[in-house]
Amino acid sequence: MENDIILTLNHLKQYFPAGKNKNGEKLYVKAVDDVSLEIHRGEVIGLVGESGSGKSTIAYSIIGMYEPSGGEILFEGQKLGKKNRSMQLKKDMQIVFQDPGSSLNSHQTIGEILELPLKVHKIGKTKAERMERVRQLLEMVELPEHYMYKSPASIGGGEKQMVAIARALATDPKFIILDEPTSALDVSIQAKIINMLLKLQREKGLTYLFITHDLSLMRNIADRVAILYLGKIDEIAPAETFFQRPEHPYTQMLISSIPVISEEEEALKPAKIESTGEIPSPVNIPPGCSFHLRCPYVTPRCKSEDPVMIPREGSHAVRCHLCQETLPGATNTN
Amino acid sequence: MSKHIQEEVILEIKGLKLWFKVYQGYSKVLDGVDLTVHKGEKVGIVGEAGCGKTTTVKSILDILPEGQYVIPEGEILYKGENVLTMSDRALGKVRSSEISMIYQEPSAALNPVFTIGQQMMEVVKNSAQGKGKSKKEQKEMVLVAIRDVFIPDPERIFDYYPVQLSGGMKQRICIAMAIMTQRDLMIADEPGTALDVTIQDQVHKTLDRLVEERKMSLIMITHSLGVARELTDSIHVMYAGTVVEAAPTAEVFRQPLHPYTIGLMEAVPRLAGGGIQAGIYGSIPDYLYPPKGCRFAPRCPRATEQCLAEKPLLTDVGHGHKVACFHWKED
Amino acid sequence: MAVSARKREKELRRALAFEAKRPETRTISSMQEMRKENLKKAWYRFSRNKMSVVGLVVVILVILAAILAPYITPYPEHAGAFTDFANSTKAPCAEYLFGTDNMGRDILTRIIFSFQGALKMAVLVLIIAVPVGTCLGLLAGYMNGTWVDTVIMRVADIFLSVPALLLALAVASILEPNLTNSMLAITIMWWPWYTRLVYGVATSCKNEYYVVSAQLTGASKSHIIFKEILPNCLSPILTKMSLDVGWVILMGATLSYVGLGEQPPIPSLGQMVSDGARYMPDKWWMTIFPCLAIIVIIMGFNFMGDGIGDMLSKGDSKYE
Repeated sequence: MENDIILTLNHLKQYFPAGKNKNGEKLYVKAVDDVSLEIHRGEVIGLVGESGSGKSTIAYSIIGMYEPSGGEILFEGQKLGKKNRSMQLKKDMQIVFQDPGSSLNSHQTIGEILELPLKVHKIGKTKAERMERVRQLLEMVELPEHYMYKSPASIGGGEKQMVAIARALATDPKFIILDEPTSALDVSIQAKIINMLLKLQREKGLTYLFITHDLSLMRNIADRVAILYLGKIDEIAPAETFFQRPEHPYTQMLISSIPVISEEEEALKPAKIESTGEIPSPVNIPPGCSFHLRCPYVTPRCKSEDPVMIPREGSHAVRCHLCQETLPGATNTN
Repeated sequence: MSKHIQEEVILEIKGLKLWFKVYQGYSKVLDGVDLTVHKGEKVGIVGEAGCGKTTTVKSILDILPEGQYVIPEGEILYKGENVLTMSDRALGKVRSSEISMIYQEPSAALNPVFTIGQQMMEVVKNSAQGKGKSKKEQKEMVLVAIRDVFIPDPERIFDYYPVQLSGGMKQRICIAMAIMTQRDLMIADEPGTALDVTIQDQVHKTLDRLVEERKMSLIMITHSLGVARELTDSIHVMYAGTVVEAAPTAEVFRQPLHPYTIGLMEAVPRLAGGGIQAGIYGSIPDYLYPPKGCRFAPRCPRATEQCLAEKPLLTDVGHGHKVACFHWKED
Repeated sequence: MAVSARKREKELRRALAFEAKRPETRTISSMQEMRKENLKKAWYRFSRNKMSVVGLVVVILVILAAILAPYITPYPEHAGAFTDFANSTKAPCAEYLFGTDNMGRDILTRIIFSFQGALKMAVLVLIIAVPVGTCLGLLAGYMNGTWVDTVIMRVADIFLSVPALLLALAVASILEPNLTNSMLAITIMWWPWYTRLVYGVATSCKNEYYVVSAQLTGASKSHIIFKEILPNCLSPILTKMSLDVGWVILMGATLSYVGLGEQPPIPSLGQMVSDGARYMPDKWWMTIFPCLAIIVIIMGFNFMGDGIGDMLSKGDSKYE
């Protein structure tokens, strides 16, 4: 099964300096703090979390916008930093950003935007060949051909995001990071884009790292879901398990806060766990379990000792002292 | 659910049309909006971006940019009086002590150079209840209001500047400001959209509790059907500047009738899983050149010749359910 | 509202009348029509402020006058070393609309001819200062946070911290006083403004996702600087340029007022003002008319520049 894994995060840490405190000690924003994750080829893995949880930072570290402060990122067994990336790697790994308005240069036509990755990676020898490929790409995302002459400013938000997806597909990548690709869009457009993304994923056997704060959306697209809180993974599980038998109190709180539109969904919410408090600043992460300030089941142990990931059934794992104590089958690691 | 709603109508919008001036001509953003709010009722306006939700409520308070729009038809009756023809003084009174509004972006609604206390004192000083009271009593009113929105330690918050508060806290302060003095109608323009889901949940609950406690009416604008379902008594679904369906909330979710409402509901990802439906084909019309008949006709699976030529009106079809569609009976 | 009820009524009538005539469907079908539409839109944005149109008209008239000076002026020969002491210092009359100077030369003719030098100077200064300033600004903005950024921006700061006129005076007085050298002087103090402007746009652009995206896909530095970032700087540059023409002319006039610009007998506005100043207030026309010409040119370019700014700014499309 070793070669089945396309990307591995090994104790990834991403700290950003944040000035000094009163005693002159350096402070850090611990945006990502010791995250380990294995992504299998051909799966859609979801990262959920509130703003400030570090989900986008993980994406940016993987794509090479930051040099990791600690740990390693392995893509097909090859260790990645910010600088040592080969052209082949840049071809294999692509990203779609959240804001379609800012991800397309409004001073270029859509044709020029889609041609850039082709030029850079020398796909298509002549201009005509490249234009043919641009046409194919537009067709792939179900946009009419004449859109290649349009400027991004003259098309709608949903269509812009389609173009951004087409650009990501231009180099025939293996792995695509989707950083909240639909959170700026309306639901009717979101539905169209998500369906298209899933279709492309199946057709081309792509691997997606899908980031969103929308749990209902996640339920419908991800094979596995990991939930982040203050730079750490709190729980990871196959989507079914994640939504039907969430164990971490934070997962339960998040799921019970979602506004839903039917009784059937209402029934799926975990026994009412009242949402309290706010995510603390990542500069002052509380000692012990970072969630203990908001946790309704907090124990003295949570305040002093940071829990570790405990494997559950199948590929389900959770990072909580309580789950360890109260649930059968868990081995006490201490 | 409906026991706090009274017969008395507090706000009624009748056939409101509104055009914005743009360079080619007039963009016909609102095309006959009908809306009724009873005393104590929580009304949701649901629709996607650009369908005229915010424009509608801004026209109620007459806070659209002066000189850049015209209202060719319609009236907005607040307690029986037309807001559009009201005198400046009467309108000022409505704005300062009858209707309050909270916005999507709480940081834009608070002035960064004054403390929370200073800003809230200003509101109290100008309100009917706070006028003539001593400074100490006014401050007490402010502190009570801050405590009311579940912010612990109001004395400390009183001296804070907006930047020292998180987004959720700021939105709570905005709510506190809006309910501090007795108001009759609160307009909330996507108050939770900019916040995380757990914080949104807290803010919505606080808002809901206060509105009920104070027997206010609420107009809740949201793009999320889920939010509307949890917070409102009745829903107006808007599409392209028209209300396409209006009904009690439970009724809308039990049996949506307008093809747009149905499409919208299908597009919402469900927590129960099961994939996502196809969404709605096409996009909202160009308001400069809107469709002649039903504005949804170009995207509608049920559209006929009649839909393209003639505009359906919002009609009652029983159970207090109103729909603007010629083909609502079809499935 | 009661106060503006009548105004609203009027607006509504105008709106209804306008909409009754407007076609009900959009008729754009080709690229050319799209371009025509865009031009119309640009003109609408420009002309919304009436003063911009006034500015544009003034600028066009000044440029035309400068080009056609030999043909439209009443006494083209008066532009050079011409003397006619019989008619010296004549007050404005039918023959000499703006009067004559101490050499008996027609002031109107000399003002129109002096536009040539003024415009030439503005164009040449900007042709040098803008590309230099822009390139340095782009480089510093792209290399934000490195030593390149520090060096370029600190040098620009040094130039900006020296009073502009003083620097120009220093250069112009070290070198031989003539048009070329005064242009050189102005150019030296002008480029840092563009560096600053472009630097600001480029640093914010650099964090936009389209630049990040181009970098991640492996595009070259030159592609990112010139194809992704530069186009975004063009509209602020163009706006500033149109405003700057007026200021360069003013600076040139100042230099020639103190005798460091265009040398006699070639006419220049500043020099005419300084010559006339000796005869103030009796022979007021010798000073007042060149002064007015300077004011008109500068205001013209400023109003036009504001209009161009309006035209190129990304306003809220809903309320445009």
